[in-house]
Amino acid sequence: MLGLDKKDTTLMLVVAALALLAPFILNPFPEGSAMAQFNAGYPDLMQRFAIYGILAIGFNILFGLTGYLSFGHAAFLGVGSYSAVWMFKLLSYNVIPGIILSVIVAGLFSVVIGFISLRRSGIYFSILTLAFAQMSYNLAYSVLGNPSSNFNLTNGETGLQVYASDPQILASASAPEVPHLFGVAMRSSYQLEVGSWLFTFNAGYYLCAVILMLSFYVSVRIFRSPFGMMLRAVKSNQQRMNYTGLHTRPYTLAAFVISGMYAGLAGGLLSTMDPLAGAERMQWTASGEVVLMTILGGAGTLLGPVVGAGFIKYFENIFSKINEGVLHQWFGFLPDGMESAVIWVVEHFVGPGWHLTLGLLFMLVVTFLPGGLVQGGQHLWRLLAGKSRKEEHAKTETQSTPAE
Amino acid sequence: MGILEVKNVNKRFGGLKALSDVNLSIAEHSVHAIIGPNGAGKSTLLNCLVGKLIPDTGSVMFDGQSVLGRAPYEINQMGISRVFQTPEIFGDLTVMENMMIPCFAKRDGAFELNALTSIVKQKDIIERAEHMLEDMNMIDKRNMHAASMSRGDKRRLEIGMCLSQEPRLLLLDEPTAGMARADTNNTIDLLKQIKDTRDITIAIIEHDMHVVFSLAERITVLAQGSPLVEDTPEKIKGHPKVREAYLGESA
Ligand SMILES: Nc1ncnc2c1ncn2[C@@H]1O[C@H](COP(=O)(O)OP(=O)(O)OP(=O)(O)O)[C@@H](O)[C@H]1O
Ligand SMILES: [Mg+2]
Repeated sequence: MLGLDKKDTTLMLVVAALALLAPFILNPFPEGSAMAQFNAGYPDLMQRFAIYGILAIGFNILFGLTGYLSFGHAAFLGVGSYSAVWMFKLLSYNVIPGIILSVIVAGLFSVVIGFISLRRSGIYFSILTLAFAQMSYNLAYSVLGNPSSNFNLTNGETGLQVYASDPQILASASAPEVPHLFGVAMRSSYQLEVGSWLFTFNAGYYLCAVILMLSFYVSVRIFRSPFGMMLRAVKSNQQRMNYTGLHTRPYTLAAFVISGMYAGLAGGLLSTMDPLAGAERMQWTASGEVVLMTILGGAGTLLGPVVGAGFIKYFENIFSKINEGVLHQWFGFLPDGMESAVIWVVEHFVGPGWHLTLGLLFMLVVTFLPGGLVQGGQHLWRLLAGKSRKEEHAKTETQSTPAE
Repeated sequence: MGILEVKNVNKRFGGLKALSDVNLSIAEHSVHAIIGPNGAGKSTLLNCLVGKLIPDTGSVMFDGQSVLGRAPYEINQMGISRVFQTPEIFGDLTVMENMMIPCFAKRDGAFELNALTSIVKQKDIIERAEHMLEDMNMIDKRNMHAASMSRGDKRRLEIGMCLSQEPRLLLLDEPTAGMARADTNNTIDLLKQIKDTRDITIAIIEHDMHVVFSLAERITVLAQGSPLVEDTPEKIKGHPKVREAYLGESA
């Protein structure tokens, strides 16, 4: 189907089902129950899953296939965000021009940054991209964001947002005063109550979900194309490539630009969620986050980056909300002394301590599952399917395509 | 005029004169061996032919065109393929994929943004790569990871990859180094077959005299960076200067 083989079609359908049914899948616990705080099916978080999924899918095209580790992808995310808000300011709150411009501008940026950074490889490449991203951050934060100058591109610390005095030349009187898709506000939701369950269907989420599916589809096509094979060849042996008459630089540059455009798209979508773009989106921690997502999920696999992005965003939003009160609720059944001891320990791993849990998890995955969570999932699947270890070994050895 | 003309090439590494006034002419459709003791400058000379090194002075002409100043991929696209002293293949890819990549390079040139067509649809490339694997006697290994093969198989694959580009000049740097006798003999047979069936010129660097005398039509002896003699194998065998500089040492 759609130029995919049977296995990839199945994978695509699974992703589509997960994306479209997310409001149900992520809300398994009834409202008001003790477990309800583990529900992730609210619009804001679901949008983040989809958007960071897109970012990680794009990052994986560069890092997973060519092995070039960029530490500057947050720059493209930020550039995309600013571009979209500028479209809101100049044209209207319709999200389409904003999304398109965010991809184009991020693409242009990545041509320049990629052209220079790709003259080096390995750690030097990573440092160059990091330097560029920090430069972009500083430009956005101060140089290009002075509100009193007449060239105020980013509005500095305050962040770029839409003011009543902005031209919005295409704005129509009937359209809502918030980001919308041809009149349908991004934040509008439909709520469905089934017994004590509450499911929310949000317009903004479904826009992100559809774009996520498209992004995933394009990435599958790239993985299975001759171009994708060349990118894997770059990772494997550049020397052999050069002496086989292949010019590696345009291949790596193309991969870099494609992944930069994905990041710009993600940035543009962040602005459609909330039309306020700040420089902090370009900080190096944001660049590091997408690296973690991709490695955690499984670099070089199709599904890995999406899984990794979902995982990290879930931790960030759910684990960070567990506070002492919640813990007391959970461990209330224990005798008093024991309760406070247990809570004292657990407390360090939840709430603001969620980074600690994530760090430990990351270490475990990288040590025991070098192929990321997706590899872990595959092992588990084979165990459940009852295949013998030997059989599976023989299979992985003769695999001709990268695992999904 | 040979297909490859090297004139007055000099190359220095700091104080070391690795090549001094090298002149070499390789006739089209011949098998030309370059021999010499360790450190004689054989690999350095090869590196100057394929764009890995640029000579300090002198000229290197391939088929009437200068190769100097061109990048390795450009020189390869001109028709020179190289097999390395240690096999250089795509270890993370399968044998079949390894063979397909040079086929793509031959068909599409140095760069092609073929991002939305599927590999499985590239029937001509698949056919060509399979054909080459059959020629190399490796079709049963097509789905193996290239890195997991024996050294002899890797070398075979590398030679096959070079041949699938239909180069006019094939350069081999010690193709049998570190190989078992059986593998060495296989390689000799393979090279003989290539030479007989293809429109190709072969230049080979080799320490193994058995290989050299089984294949070469002309031999250049390199010692301390400059050619000592160039002649037919029969003449080289008995040449006193060669015995002194090379054969004596290696015996
Ligand atoms: N990149 C380099 N930098 C400095 N010196 C080099 C370099 N490459 C080669 N040399 C030196 O140049 C001389 C010739 O080396 P080369 O590798 O060409 O010899 P060779 O004839 O191929 O030897 P072998 O039979 O051992 O492969 C050696 O003394 C070597 O140490
Ligand atoms: Mg050598």
